[in-house]
Amino acid sequence: MTDAKTQIEETVKANDVVLYMKGTKDMPQCGFSSRVAGVLNFMGVDFADVNVLADEAIRQGVKDYSDWPTVPQLYVKGEFVGGCDIITEMTLSGELDDLFEKSGVSYDKEAADKIREANA
Amino acid sequence: MALLASDLEALIRQTLPDATITVQGDDGVHFSAEVIDESFRGMNRVQQQRAVYAALKGKMDGPNGVIHALALTTKAPD
Repeated sequence: MTDAKTQIEETVKANDVVLYMKGTKDMPQCGFSSRVAGVLNFMGVDFADVNVLADEAIRQGVKDYSDWPTVPQLYVKGEFVGGCDIITEMTLSGELDDLFEKSGVSYDKEAADKIREANA
Repeated sequence: MALLASDLEALIRQTLPDATITVQGDDGVHFSAEVIDESFRGMNRVQQQRAVYAALKGKMDGPNGVIHALALTTKAPD
């Protein structure tokens, strides 16, 4: 039996971008998860989604793993980046673009600019 | 067991006594908070927000947590 921590570690290392969320990227079940998944979808980022509502061990495990009490949680290259508020701020400031560039994650810069224009 | 914005502020203040804290939300479960504290200088946002979550001592934790949603903004003073 693989414990939750090992499973999470394997997932975040095997995928460049992983979002732990409530629901799925196509059908989010919480406004905060929906917002982050929406930003990544809009920016054309290829990411793995893990629905914490489908697995109680992962739901608790991911909070312990990152020492972060809430979901959604975004991981890039195995590193915890933040939750909904942080991702929103980083999207608007352009820091998320920088992180993706530095990490070699492809994304649509024009789409990111559109989000910023719409929220200027 | 509903929590007031002022309770939340008091809880954060126990850990960060000199912080500038603004809490909004009056339904007892959804809040937004801005916390500005000198101790945040040099920390990234994750570290800053972890410090605030730590101050809330488990009140965010899952189905048993009192707080369902907290929109958090943290920074060091300008």
